[in-house]
Amino acid sequence: MPADTLMAKPHARPQPLAAPLVALRGIGKRFANVVANESIDLELRAGEVHVLLGENGAGKSTLVALLSGLLQPDAGQIIVDGSPMRILSPGAALALGIGTVFQHVMLSPALTVAENLLLGQGWWRRPARAALDQAVGAIARDFGLNVDLDAVTGELSLGEQQQVEIIRGLLRQTRLLIFDESTSMLTPQGIEELGALMRRLVERGLAIVFITHKLDEARRFGDRITVLRLGRKVGEISSERLEALDDASAHQEIVSLMFETIKATGEAVVGKERKRVAMSGKPLLELRDITVTGQSGSTGIEAISLSVWPGEVLGIAGIDGNGQKLIAEAIAGQRRLDSGKITFGGIAIDNLDVGARRKLGIRYLTDDRLSEGSVAAFAVSANLLLKEIGKEPFWSRGFTRTAVIDVHANAQVKEFDVRTPSIRTPIGKLSGGNIQKALLARELFGDARLVIFSKPTYGLDYNNIVTSRRRIAEVGARGIAVILISTDLEEILALSDRIAVMSRGRIAGILENTGDARLAVGGLMVGGALEHG
Amino acid sequence: MEGLLQVPFLTALLAGAVTAGIPLLLAGLGEQMSEKAGVLNVGIEGMMLGGAYAGFLTAISSGSIWLGFLAGACGGALVAVPMVILCVQRGLNQIVIGIGLTLGLEGLTAILHHVQFSRTYPRLARVETLPIPLLSDIPILGPALFDRHPFVYLAFLLVPALAILYRGTNFGLWLRAAGDRPAALDVTGIDVIATRTVAVIFTGLMAGLGGAFLANVGAGIFVPFMTHGDGFIGVVLAMLARGRAASVLAGAMIFGGCLSLTTAFQIAGVNVPTDVIQMLPFATVMVVLIVFGRQASLPVALGLPYVRGER
Amino acid sequence: MNTGEADGNVIAAVDAPTAEDGSGVIHILLLTVGPIVLALVISGALLLILGVNPLTYYAVVLERGLFTSLGLEQSITRMGPLLLVAAGLIVAFRAGIWNLGVDGQFLLGAVLAAASAPALAHALPPALVLLASAILAAIVGVVWSLLPALLRAYHGVNEIITTLMMTFLGTSLANVLVKLMFLDPATTVPQTRTLPVDDRLPRLFGTTINAGLLIGLLAIVGVQIMMAHTAFGLKLRTVGANPVAAAHAGLPVAWLTVLVFALSAGLIGLAGAVEVLGIQGNVRADWNPAYGLAVIPLVFLARLNGYAAIAFVFLFSVLSIGGESAARRVGVPTFFTLVLIALIMIILATVEYADQRARAGRAS
Ligand SMILES: Nc1ncnc2c1ncn2[C@@H]1O[C@H](COP(=O)(O)OP(=O)(O)OP(=O)(O)O)[C@@H](O)[C@H]1O
Ligand SMILES: [Mg+2]
Repeated sequence: MPADTLMAKPHARPQPLAAPLVALRGIGKRFANVVANESIDLELRAGEVHVLLGENGAGKSTLVALLSGLLQPDAGQIIVDGSPMRILSPGAALALGIGTVFQHVMLSPALTVAENLLLGQGWWRRPARAALDQAVGAIARDFGLNVDLDAVTGELSLGEQQQVEIIRGLLRQTRLLIFDESTSMLTPQGIEELGALMRRLVERGLAIVFITHKLDEARRFGDRITVLRLGRKVGEISSERLEALDDASAHQEIVSLMFETIKATGEAVVGKERKRVAMSGKPLLELRDITVTGQSGSTGIEAISLSVWPGEVLGIAGIDGNGQKLIAEAIAGQRRLDSGKITFGGIAIDNLDVGARRKLGIRYLTDDRLSEGSVAAFAVSANLLLKEIGKEPFWSRGFTRTAVIDVHANAQVKEFDVRTPSIRTPIGKLSGGNIQKALLARELFGDARLVIFSKPTYGLDYNNIVTSRRRIAEVGARGIAVILISTDLEEILALSDRIAVMSRGRIAGILENTGDARLAVGGLMVGGALEHG
Repeated sequence: MEGLLQVPFLTALLAGAVTAGIPLLLAGLGEQMSEKAGVLNVGIEGMMLGGAYAGFLTAISSGSIWLGFLAGACGGALVAVPMVILCVQRGLNQIVIGIGLTLGLEGLTAILHHVQFSRTYPRLARVETLPIPLLSDIPILGPALFDRHPFVYLAFLLVPALAILYRGTNFGLWLRAAGDRPAALDVTGIDVIATRTVAVIFTGLMAGLGGAFLANVGAGIFVPFMTHGDGFIGVVLAMLARGRAASVLAGAMIFGGCLSLTTAFQIAGVNVPTDVIQMLPFATVMVVLIVFGRQASLPVALGLPYVRGER
Repeated sequence: MNTGEADGNVIAAVDAPTAEDGSGVIHILLLTVGPIVLALVISGALLLILGVNPLTYYAVVLERGLFTSLGLEQSITRMGPLLLVAAGLIVAFRAGIWNLGVDGQFLLGAVLAAASAPALAHALPPALVLLASAILAAIVGVVWSLLPALLRAYHGVNEIITTLMMTFLGTSLANVLVKLMFLDPATTVPQTRTLPVDDRLPRLFGTTINAGLLIGLLAIVGVQIMMAHTAFGLKLRTVGANPVAAAHAGLPVAWLTVLVFALSAGLIGLAGAVEVLGIQGNVRADWNPAYGLAVIPLVFLARLNGYAAIAFVFLFSVLSIGGESAARRVGVPTFFTLVLIALIMIILATVEYADQRARAGRAS
């Protein structure tokens, strides 16, 4: 990890002596087969950013659901302002001043952004649009919102929806504000803005819970860190201690708390031997001048040309919603081209459907794991083979061979460390990160020649990010061509051989990933012309 | 055939369209609110029958048509109560319960009618109309639209009222959010179950009124199974209307017009088999769908129960 | 909108407890018998109000529907077409397609079978006549579902609307056909020519039950195996549970949708043929047994499981056959069966729901 991101933070820490605003005592929550939370004690104080860390499935979001009135604890007490409270509904939570920015965006796709923000009390009242414009304007000064209030929410990219979700949290009068992985899809700039904003909010006397998988964010924006593992609280680092530790030892301490046995490598990313890909040979994939219209007003892509060689990792950087997803879908065969040509291994594939392209070895790991990547009601084992239905050896003459499928599923679950009660559990019941791992397992199975990764590590915990990135690097090393779409610049820089930057549906530039690529890419992302950093 | 474009034919056609269209309008408007909120209410046929029977029984025993309407509304809402308890609050399958209610009410009203009137079919007197001065003198339109029982005017007024409710109030937003992604509504502190409950009860009220109108004004008698699929047409109207109350009105009048064609043809002296004419409105809808290929944009969560915090 | 993925199949099974201990059988009995008894009690109260002794009425229902060989045979005979309809609906619902056009598909199949069988009787041997009429009926069913299928597959038009429209159209068209095209000139009531009893579907083992039952059983077991144990079934279920994911996985969603409609409507059209060729012998004008409204809730109660559907269809048959006779004997209007069936349906659904909740609670 580059040194500059782990620098000690300059802000002064308030000394919280006051009684906690909200305290959890012995909180427990079980689902059918999982203990999601067990005897958790936590104190949330005004003036503090309290960071929750924990691997995927550790129980962070469950804790959030308990605080926001979506779920009821099976055991323990929630104490607000010194007295025990039962938070029986989201309305009750809001009334207590507890606001939440959810991990999985809780916005109605059919309503416009404004309408989503306006959902409020008083059935007969006119939604107060003018007041909303004003309030959003005020917030946007601190935290940029690059979204049209009149856009239909469902047509926005996930990153844009996350911005709206954050704005909604900020619009409310809250005393405790919870951010559940709210930085996962923001740009580096957006993350900085949100971090600064959190600091300002706690200075104004709010209490903040901040969940993230990025340790540097935890360290820079947080005052206190609590680590969860397997539903239990395994440690807390107080603000004094956090202050006293230097970066390396703080990092070491957090990582060992989170994963106990795993030695912290101090390296969040796989160190990459950058190779010059022999671009003299024929490229495996070639896009020539492809154009795809976006759906109802959203950004389309225009005149995209690029080539990928076997064994090369081509990063596609850019702010979310600039047409990256359309490129992936066009290559995978989920979108028709308006014009242009795609060749793969020397043959034109424009007219092939998704299945035929997969047969040729094209794999696409979508970033929309819930609604596109998986069938929530199906077992993990079925989801692992969703793209292989009917193929030998899992099916023979069209008949399902359950035993073979189970063996495969068990192996995959083990290899990719998917935390699930059983391979028969509906995949929708897993935590976000574990669904992601299952999908990764699915795409890497079989004879892949080109893999498109769309935000492959979003929502993964530190440990899994390391393994996933290592896997991506391995895929490239095996001679498979890789397209890596990510909004995380570190990830792109760490893994790519070349980097294409998308801006407003066009490729703003393609560069070699050399030492000074960071600044050039950053410049291109925000719309500057190709220039040298 | 020359009788077709004459005044008597057109008057009969239009008047018939309104008479046959009002129950469809009410059913469609009622169903629309449920569907917006994410509840597919196929029990509406039963609610109409409940309203028709309660309305007719009350009107004939009290002599008051208005009491009849009131009873009809209550009857429809009463049938909606199990739908609320079982499907909205408990999350049972909406189609199973809806069809169960429809079958049950078909049987129940038929039996009650059998017991009460044992095969005599008492008739209500023709209802008094309230002609609107000047307007009722317009040829063709006048008698069809402006010389009707006041209830008809009220039913028409309901359309703009609902349009305002949907477009201009918070409740309109709640309904759409409840039908699209209920969790998104819930986290803003608004009760999804309460919102859906209101919508389903409203459907019952409207369907009951529609049934009462059918029995008391349209036919003047109660006949078992007399709704004849009107409730299902209401379901379709609501789905085609894309959330707009005015579209339900347009659809209801077109369907009503087709249903009244038989009578109108008889007045014009043209003989067309009833079965053929009955196919008209359905064929029209299919042609419209084929020509415009219009995607009915249904609420995403339609038919799905909402359980807070469930994955 | 989603028809909901049901459990009870191998690899997409919800993680439900499968281990049934000794109390399992009793449990299931309580779950099905309990609601039925409760429904009987409630409707018994209604009967008392009507001035009829409920015990007498129920005795007659049971006797005529179950305990006399004639009644039992009639009940079982009725299962044939109902099972075919159930099979057709299970295919559709599991694939996420709301085929609410049962009556239209059924009636048109029935009318075409009724019209073709007597007409073909001169030209072909009896077995071939039956086969040809049955195939024709299935094809008619498929044709009648084609418009909704294409509209849904290629234009995304909601099939609830289109199948309802087509069923209203089909019901009227069936009447028009009976009255204007296939009218039997020899009778005064408008109906098609009657197929002689000897030319109908063969009887089984010297009973009055005909081969329609076997066709129905074959269809529903076949459908169950297809949906639960084959790749094709899993593809259909994937499309049904999440069409976006299906497209992402490379399944030909539009084509599969059309196939589902064809299969579903074909089976239902065939049901019409089995009803006519095995039971009725002809089609009268305005005849409509409205099987759609009855079978849709049954297959949902069976959680879209074919084997469970057989049991529910049997229950329904006994009640409706018994109820029809009892109405005549005891003087309760036939409509009473409707109330009884509706009550059983609603209570069963409620109890099943409560049981699911209880299980989920116990597991945690
Ligand atoms: N509604 C539910 N039903 C069943 N299991 C659930 C439910 N919600 C959460 N779980 C399970 O509880 C555990 C904790 O999940 P939770 O979402 O709290 O994890 P998390 O720490 O937020 O993980 P991530 O970082 O991946 O978001 C997981 O094993 C998950 O599968
Ligand atoms: Mg989480």
